Amino acid sequence: MSDDEVAPSSTAPVTQDHQPPERDITDGGPDMVQFLAADGTRVELTATNEPYAAYLEDVDQAAMKDMLRDLIMVRRVDAEGFALQRQGELGLWPSLLGQEAAQVGAGRAMRPQDYAFPGYREHGVAWCKGVPPENLLGMFRGVNHGGWDSNENNFHLYTIVIGNQMLHAVGYAMGAARDGDVGTGDPDRDTAVMAFTGDGGTAQGDFNESLVFASVTNAPVVFYVQNNHWAISEPNDRQFTIPPYRRADGFGFPGIRVDGNDVLASYAVTRHALERARSGQGPTLIEAFTYRMGAHTTSDDPTKYRISAEVDAWKAKDPIDRMTAYLTSEGVIDDAWVEQTEGEADQLAARIRKACQTMPDPPHEEMFAHVYAEPHTLIERESALFADYQAGFED
Amino acid sequence: MSTQSGAARGTSTGTRMTIAKALNAGMRAAMERDPKVVLMGEDVGKLGGVFRITEGLQKDFGEDRVIDTPLAESGIVGSAIGLALRGYRPVVEIQFDGFVYPAFDNIVSQVAKMHNRSLGALKVPMVIRIPYGGGIGAVEHHSESNESYFAHTAGLRVVTCSSTEDAYWMMQQAIASDDPVIFYEPKRRYHERGVLDLGEHGGQGVDLDDAPNQLDEAVVRVEGSDVTVLTYGPMVKVAHAAAQAAELEDGPSIEVVDLRSLSPLDTELIEESVRKTGRCIALSEAQTFSSITSELAAHVQEHCFYHLEAPVLRVGGYNIPYPPSRHEEVFLPDLDRVLHAVETLLAY
Repeated sequence: MSDDEVAPSSTAPVTQDHQPPERDITDGGPDMVQFLAADGTRVELTATNEPYAAYLEDVDQAAMKDMLRDLIMVRRVDAEGFALQRQGELGLWPSLLGQEAAQVGAGRAMRPQDYAFPGYREHGVAWCKGVPPENLLGMFRGVNHGGWDSNENNFHLYTIVIGNQMLHAVGYAMGAARDGDVGTGDPDRDTAVMAFTGDGGTAQGDFNESLVFASVTNAPVVFYVQNNHWAISEPNDRQFTIPPYRRADGFGFPGIRVDGNDVLASYAVTRHALERARSGQGPTLIEAFTYRMGAHTTSDDPTKYRISAEVDAWKAKDPIDRMTAYLTSEGVIDDAWVEQTEGEADQLAARIRKACQTMPDPPHEEMFAHVYAEPHTLIERESALFADYQAGFED
Repeated sequence: MSTQSGAARGTSTGTRMTIAKALNAGMRAAMERDPKVVLMGEDVGKLGGVFRITEGLQKDFGEDRVIDTPLAESGIVGSAIGLALRGYRPVVEIQFDGFVYPAFDNIVSQVAKMHNRSLGALKVPMVIRIPYGGGIGAVEHHSESNESYFAHTAGLRVVTCSSTEDAYWMMQQAIASDDPVIFYEPKRRYHERGVLDLGEHGGQGVDLDDAPNQLDEAVVRVEGSDVTVLTYGPMVKVAHAAAQAAELEDGPSIEVVDLRSLSPLDTELIEESVRKTGRCIALSEAQTFSSITSELAAHVQEHCFYHLEAPVLRVGGYNIPYPPSRHEEVFLPDLDRVLHAVETLLAY
């Protein structure tokens, strides 16, 4: 990272039996792959980022502009979700604020046949996979548990139990390999799977078991850990003492730390890992080094556990400001383009708002409709009893 | 009302085989029928499982279809979910009843709920095989009857076999089901023999429509008129013995109902039997508190109240952790405890 960013001094409480090492949590260290510095200047090629530079060679100015557009749109979607919760239209909203580049970089590196297994904050990946943003709202409004068809966009339903989805991703990848959809050399056929979680998720047994299963089966899967530095109120040093990307080594496959606030780096590294997976070279673990600028969810109050100086330091590394500065300096965009794009984002937000407000409540009998795929006598009996009971109120 | 079938129809073309072999034959038939069926678990490949239930299948179907997994139950079930989402039909072996808990989260939170969560768009047609129950002199965690945890969970089907014939057919029906099925195998009965009659074709070309019963049907194993014993899995044999003993002594006439499916319960047959006899015992190896036998007692009193001559009694394991095996002879319900309950009911 550049030297001109001043990190806040640690204010972590020091106790006699636990003394965390002094650390600068804005510093990703020398292993972190970066192409755009926080001020929007291109980083010189080094031994760290050079292996991934080739994955940007065919990313022309139009493609970069599209990525910035994605970042702007995704941030606007997120802001609308937050606003809808505050206005009582949603029960909850998990904000991705700050993580846009990590998600858009990964999402844009995926091909249509690649399958994503998200946690519940991957609105940016959903956007890239073509899931209409309004479809994400149903579960937070309480009208369903997941309002999109996973197989339409190859984007699985959000998984709320942290870590379960990592194993589902590995199993799906094992299936893709069994189907012969790996290593054929056909770019429209070869398939990889992406498994998304966060720094907190790395502590789960399922996360670690998924690395074991992927390793021994050589599954075509990319583990994508967005290290946003906070698992609700718990910082990284409550989850691990070795950063996530280094853990991959112990499981026998590569781990890469990437600047998750740099959309170009996130894209290049993910593309590299996906190509490895599709060609049959097995799994990769990517740690996208980023920051959760907002609360864990709308129910959380981060002022109780973190200091504003830390947030301010990360604000200076904003993914959208960075890409905007870069593309402006390159003459690819100007203020008018930004203004126009933000106008489009506002239109999208209005569409989402309307869809949310007009989303019909589900008919109550739907509760019973999909518990089983085949007839189940208990459900049938209760469903009928429920209908009779409800009908008693109709007069 | 269904009555004894299959094995009892017994023809000269029937083959005597153990429940273990019948389970193996059922899986083999399912794998031959559907190339998407894959077996997964610890030691299921070369070894054929610690109970040899999958013996020979890896040799015949290859390592891609009979997968020796890492020793991690959540990983096994979790990755099987992914395979199912990709279009496979995983049949997962949990090595022993007491080892299923690391996978409990994935079974209850994901396997059971995926179809409901996706409003029917996603299916998880998975079978989770669990050898269960005691009576084999095992160390701790190897003798549990934890079926009520899963029967309590909406979205799962829970079944158990008690005979060679059911082992063969129910395994195939469970694999063919589009719902996830927890398949409990009565491990102390694995090596008991019964007749499998596949008719004149000798098993060639049989399909699931030939099965004597549907997966969710209960079956009357012994007809009787004084007391109904509702039971399943390893206790069917005990109930059968109790009915025979009572008959030999010109005692009460005991009807034995083998539930076979614990979720859903075949309440139609249960109610029919209890209305006929007027007395009911719910019998299981499991601890009785908050159990399948609790549910049976509740259901019978709710639906057969005016037909009951006496309260429903539960006979099961005592409500303690499964004891060291030197105790299991008195912990597990036996013929005497069943007959004692019968006497209690008739004394009302």
